[in-house]
Amino acid sequence: MSRQFVQNVLSRLDYKIITSIIPEGSRVLDLGCGDGELIAWLMEHKNVDARGVELMPELVQTAIARGASVYQGDIETSLRDYPDQAFDYVILSQTLQQSRHPLRVLRGMLRVGKRAIVAFPNFGHYSVRLAHLFSGRAPRNRLFPYEWYDSPNIHFLTVDDFEMLCAKENWPVERSIFLAGQREIHQFPNLMSEVAVFVITSR
Amino acid sequence: MVVETQLVTFPSLALDCGVTLAPVDCAYETYGTLNEARSNAILVCHAFSGDAHAAGISKEDGRPGWWSDMVGPGLAFDTDKYFVVCANVLGGCRGTTGPGSTNPATKAPFGMGFPVVTIGDMVRLQKLLIDHLGIARLLCVSGGSMGGMQTLAWAVLFPEAVASVIPIASTSRHSAQQIAFNEVGRQSIMSDPDWREGNYYSGPPPKRGLAVARMVGHITYMSDDSMKEKFGRRLRQRAELGYDFSAEFEVESYLRYRGSQFVDRFDANSYLYITKAMDYFDLASGHGSLGAAFEKTRARFLVISFTSDWLYPTYQSLEIVSALRGRNRDVAYCELPSTYGHDAFLLEVEEQTELVRGFLASTFRNIGRAASL
Repeated sequence: MSRQFVQNVLSRLDYKIITSIIPEGSRVLDLGCGDGELIAWLMEHKNVDARGVELMPELVQTAIARGASVYQGDIETSLRDYPDQAFDYVILSQTLQQSRHPLRVLRGMLRVGKRAIVAFPNFGHYSVRLAHLFSGRAPRNRLFPYEWYDSPNIHFLTVDDFEMLCAKENWPVERSIFLAGQREIHQFPNLMSEVAVFVITSR
Repeated sequence: MVVETQLVTFPSLALDCGVTLAPVDCAYETYGTLNEARSNAILVCHAFSGDAHAAGISKEDGRPGWWSDMVGPGLAFDTDKYFVVCANVLGGCRGTTGPGSTNPATKAPFGMGFPVVTIGDMVRLQKLLIDHLGIARLLCVSGGSMGGMQTLAWAVLFPEAVASVIPIASTSRHSAQQIAFNEVGRQSIMSDPDWREGNYYSGPPPKRGLAVARMVGHITYMSDDSMKEKFGRRLRQRAELGYDFSAEFEVESYLRYRGSQFVDRFDANSYLYITKAMDYFDLASGHGSLGAAFEKTRARFLVISFTSDWLYPTYQSLEIVSALRGRNRDVAYCELPSTYGHDAFLLEVEEQTELVRGFLASTFRNIGRAASL
C-alpha cells in the first residue's frame, strides 16, 4: 500500500477518528464507501472483515480493483438483505444528509450492526448561519460547496438535530466527536463543529 | 505460448440422473506453474460453445484461446502468478466424453443414448481433474454465462475446495425466456431430417438445423445497439434491394456465416445435451431457497453483470448477490456499462481485468495471511 494512499486516508479527519474507534478484527460495513479507501485501509491495518456499498459504478470498480468487497447498489436496499446484527460497526460517512429516508437508513444500520458510526457535516456551524443571514441565499461554503440546484444533499441537519433524534429513538450515544478543520472541538459543538461523528448503539 | 490439449481418463462418474458413466475422458489445458504450496490454482469454466483451449496458441490448429484476452502472462488471470486450468465440459464435443463419444457397451457413438447431464455433473468431473492435478483448494473458479453457473455450483458442491468464485453474466437458474431460446435451438436441430434421432455419426450431420440454432444463439448474445452499430440496415455487396430472398442485409449474411462456421466445430447432439444441462440448472433446487443453497459456502464472490445483457440480465446477478448478503457472505458486485449485450463478458476486457486482478490479488493475499497465522 502506497504511503500517498495512507496519507490520503489519514488526512481526512473523520476517517482518522473512525479508524481509531474500530477495534482490530471487527466486522465492518461501510455505506456509501466511495472508492473503498477507508475499508481497504481498515482491511490492511486492522485486519477487519469489511464490506462496502456504493452507488456509482466507477467508484465500485476502483474499490473492487483495490481488493475491497464492495457492491454496487443503494444503501436502503442493501441494508434490507442483511441478517440482524451481522456487523460490529456500520459506517455512514458524509452520506446521511444525502439519503432519501435518513431515519430508515439509521434504523437499518442499527438492525444489521451492533453499533453505527455516523459522520455528517453540521448545518448549524456558524459559517453556515452567517452565510444564510447575510446573503439571504441558500448557504454555500467549504462544508456545503454546492449550488442549491446541483447539491447531492437533500436533508440539512445540525448536531442538535441529531442528538434530539437519538433521544427520541432511544439510541444511546456512546461517543460523539466534533471537528473543525484538523482540530477537535469541545465547546459549543452545534455552533463550532464543521463535522460531527457519532457512535450510537441499538438497545 | 503454444499449448496442447491433454486428456485424462477417469474410471467412472456417477451422474445426477442416476446413471454411472464409465470410463470418462476429460480434455484440459493448463497455463502457468503450480506453486509449492499449491495455492495459486485457478479453474476457468467455458461457456456453452467453448472448449478446453482458453488461452495461448493451440498446437493443433494455431487458434488463440476463447479467453486469450483475459488469461495469459500479465493479463487478468496472470499466468506468471497463477496456475490456470480449463477443461472441456462433460457432454461436450471437444475431447471430453459426450454424445459423440463411443459407448463402450455398443462400440458405437452414444447419440441420444448418452445420459442427460447437469451443470453439477460437469463440476464433479472438473473436481476429479483438480484432484488428479493434486490441488486440494482452488484459489478461484471463474467463468461467464454457463461458465458462471459452474462457478456457483463449485461454491455450493465443494465449499472447502474453492477460496473464491467469479460468476460473470450468469444466473442461479434459467428463466422461462432462456429455456425458450434453447428450445428453439433444439427443435431446429431435431427437425432437420439429417438428425435421424441423433444417429447421424455415420452419415451427414444435421448441418442446417445446427446452423439455424446457432443463428438464434448469436442474436441473443448481441444487443439492439450492438447490432445497429455493427450492421444497421446496410446491404451486402449491392446498392439496392433485390426483391429476393438471398442474404441481402449484412446482418443476414453475418448470421448465416456464423451458423455455417459453427457446424464444422460443434456436434449437434452436444448442443442438445448442453442446453438441457443449462435449462435444468437451478441452484436453489433441493435447498428450499437460494440463500439456503449458499448456507455452506465459504468462498468470496465477485459477481459481474453488464448493462446491455438481456440474455442474462442484471436482475439475475442481483438475485445471487442478494441471497449471498442474506447469509452475510463476502460478496463484491459490479454492473459494468457495455453496449455489447451478453457478448460483453468476452469483449469488455479492460474493466473486467481491473476487477478480476484486484479481487484475485486480495484473495491470494488473504490466503497467505491465513496460512501464516
